[in-house]
Amino acid sequence: MRSRLVMALSLLLSAIYAADASAEYGLNMPRGVTDISHSVYDLHMTIFWICVVIGVVVFGVMFYSIFKHRKSKGAVASNFHENTTVEIIWTIVPVIILVAMCIPATKTLIEMYDTSDADVDIKITGYQWKWRYEYLGQDVDFFSNMSTPKEEIYNAQEKNENYLLEVDNEVVVPINKKIRFLITANDVIHSWWIPDFAVKKDAIPGFINETWTRINEPGVYRGQCTELCGKDHGFMPIVVRAVEQAEYDEWINTKQEEAKAAAALAKLTFTLEEQMERGEKIYTTNCAACHQANGKGLPPAFPALAGSDIAINNLEKHLEVVVKGVQGTAMQAYGSQLSEVDLAAVITYERNAWGNDTGDNVSAKDVVDYKNK
Amino acid sequence: MSAVIDNHTNGDDHEHHGPAKGIARWLFTTNHKDIGSMYLWFSFAMFLLGGCMALTIRAELFQPGLQLIEPEFFNQMTTLHGLIMVFGAVMPAFVGLANWMIPMMVGAPDMALPRMNNWSFWILPFAFTLLVSTLFMEGGGPNFGWTFYAPLSTTYAPDTVTYFIFGVHMMGISSIMGAINVIATILNMRAPGMTLMKMPLFVWTWLITAFLLIAVMPVLAGVVTMMLMDIHFGTSFFNAAGGGDPVLFQHVFWFFGHPEVYIMILPAFGVVSQIIPTFARKKLFGYHSMVYAVASIAILSFIVWAHHMFTVGMPLAGELFFMYATMLIAVPTGVKVFNWITTMFRGSLTFETPMLFSIAFVVLFTIGGFSGLMLAIAPADFQYHDTYFVVAHFHYVLVPGAIFGIFAAVYYWLPKWSGRMYNETLGKLHFWLSFVGMNLAFFPMHFLGLAGMPRRIPDYALQFADFNAISTVGAFMFGATQLFFLYIIINAIRKGKPATDQVWEGAEGLEWTIPSPAPYHTFSTPPEVK
Repeated sequence: MRSRLVMALSLLLSAIYAADASAEYGLNMPRGVTDISHSVYDLHMTIFWICVVIGVVVFGVMFYSIFKHRKSKGAVASNFHENTTVEIIWTIVPVIILVAMCIPATKTLIEMYDTSDADVDIKITGYQWKWRYEYLGQDVDFFSNMSTPKEEIYNAQEKNENYLLEVDNEVVVPINKKIRFLITANDVIHSWWIPDFAVKKDAIPGFINETWTRINEPGVYRGQCTELCGKDHGFMPIVVRAVEQAEYDEWINTKQEEAKAAAALAKLTFTLEEQMERGEKIYTTNCAACHQANGKGLPPAFPALAGSDIAINNLEKHLEVVVKGVQGTAMQAYGSQLSEVDLAAVITYERNAWGNDTGDNVSAKDVVDYKNK
Repeated sequence: MSAVIDNHTNGDDHEHHGPAKGIARWLFTTNHKDIGSMYLWFSFAMFLLGGCMALTIRAELFQPGLQLIEPEFFNQMTTLHGLIMVFGAVMPAFVGLANWMIPMMVGAPDMALPRMNNWSFWILPFAFTLLVSTLFMEGGGPNFGWTFYAPLSTTYAPDTVTYFIFGVHMMGISSIMGAINVIATILNMRAPGMTLMKMPLFVWTWLITAFLLIAVMPVLAGVVTMMLMDIHFGTSFFNAAGGGDPVLFQHVFWFFGHPEVYIMILPAFGVVSQIIPTFARKKLFGYHSMVYAVASIAILSFIVWAHHMFTVGMPLAGELFFMYATMLIAVPTGVKVFNWITTMFRGSLTFETPMLFSIAFVVLFTIGGFSGLMLAIAPADFQYHDTYFVVAHFHYVLVPGAIFGIFAAVYYWLPKWSGRMYNETLGKLHFWLSFVGMNLAFFPMHFLGLAGMPRRIPDYALQFADFNAISTVGAFMFGATQLFFLYIIINAIRKGKPATDQVWEGAEGLEWTIPSPAPYHTFSTPPEVK
């Protein structure tokens, strides 16, 4: 009996040890890579140790009584109660500790609120369920979607080390520069958080919140949306890559070139096959979360596109839904999110995939014409 | 003539007037003991239902990846788990305790408003049927979290949100009526000589809780009505596109929500303040300061609501005000903890099940208080906010706080209610299993939150896997243990040893002066309190 127990225990311990060796898990808040995150970490540790000390004293007295003042050990109850001096002391002492704690906390908070004199301004907009980044005055504007494949989420494939914390377009920022974030949302409330910066700010429709950071070390920093925002709240990560100024400038250049190249595409015409290929990619990143990869949707909240009247017959309505969205539903207005080329491709894809087979080839010009109407 | 007068003054007049037979007893009863029992059984049923939902959540979170349920259903589970535990399990359980104990503790024959008492209970089963039925409707149940932030709960909500709103209204009506009843009973029906400052602390905490309920339940009703207007009548209270303000929702909600968390804990303070002196065989150290501390906590609870909203982008001054006010709450809470411990100090302690739950309450609630103090530091809260650290924090104040308080109360007063003792060995086993399970489930959540796991996500990055697995094991252990609790109670009621009138050696108070089980009508003639 005893040997079996010992064996079970040692098995359990070795399992814990093995898990310990394979996975790298945090026990504590990361210290982060900004001066602010260091002050926050210090605040966190200070208040933590204050709590530990109070806990040790208070529970120490308690467990002393539990062991010493037992009836079974012949303890006889004394009869003291109400002592004004003691009661004043244990009211005043906590007040002093709290005031002492408030001073550094207030200092840090004031610093966090100083968003003046930024070198880079980035407007961040939360959408269900992705982030949009606009570099103000730089003509750089892109969406950032989670890039973890469905197969990993549904356990058909082994999960990679950045599972759920990887995106198609990373936010690139320079180190040692004050970066101001202007945060808002398009639909519901989201919250933008990078633990290593100690920056968390809600993205609220109709409001623009400000916050800032200055990163000391180059690296890739990952975070997630932290305000429940619907079905895929758990699947809208944030990845920030902090680089040297020169590399940042180069990246901005590439982004601007890409935007020009994309604009040039609008003048070309594509075959149905080319449209389908481009459309499928766009559908997978932007549409499949709700309407599903097989086009069957998740009715009633997210209707099916396969066999839908709009996707087969009513092109005008199809353009309207995709470009302007549907008020009061989760269907967003993609007119401002995707280029005309991409809009045309995804509409073409939806009109020809999953047996919809209309043969329609919608061009970027059709979309432009619709928008100008 | 004199015979008639005699009849009217005879206190034993009601002796033969027992409960009605069959189902009518429960449907039409105006007896505080019957209604108290119904509240307690109802809340236990809701506790198991909400618990099953928690276990569904924990099962999905056992490993990374989606295995059992889809994110859409996961969100419905987190929402309903929260709503059912808050409004269906914890609050009705305390109303049940109030119904049973307040009249017996102040020497009143019944609650002041018995018919309203019946109504406030019978609203609840209908309210929760309405709420839970949404799970089976097209579009699914509420999926926006128990805090139902707009516009996720308005513009973007499933159609069933209307049922949710109506359900919340019904719960609110029930709570307000319950609170009116408690206040009316305590202020008007105390036995001669029972001055306010002689009332047992459980009565005091409930009096203050009842005022909190009356103050904030209408605010909740207001906020859900504004949602209803936004959804169906084209208003834009919370819709930014129409000039509304999504943050206004949060201000109004938390103006209700923060006092609400004290509504769930103050009666537990009362319970523990009854039990610790009994098993320490020593008077409560500072009765007066305990009363003042509870009152201060209640008053402060109205000026700290925005500490739930440190990340919404309030102005610096607002941020600082709510940080300082929140930290101030630690002072009266500290006073209470110091008082309980000083009461135990140099007492003559024994450790029956109610005492074990009360000691665990003091220790674990204090841990929840510590993490609360950490959360109050606004700059640090930016890191903790909406992570599992918050989940750990409020489960530490609610499970070993409110729920252990209820367990302690049930073990403490069950002998008086049923006239029979529970099995002490089984009770202690229930305590230890709950204690270990609960800590295993919730302690690792502190680490998860600090390491960066957001709350309300159905799937998580790989570095969170180990602690989630441990937490799930603990949750199932805690959950299964509560079926054992049901067995202990039924076993006690049916086969327990008869209890004495005094029940506990060190117990003091009017409830211990009446026979066990408490007769259907007690204190028809008010006792004299010296």
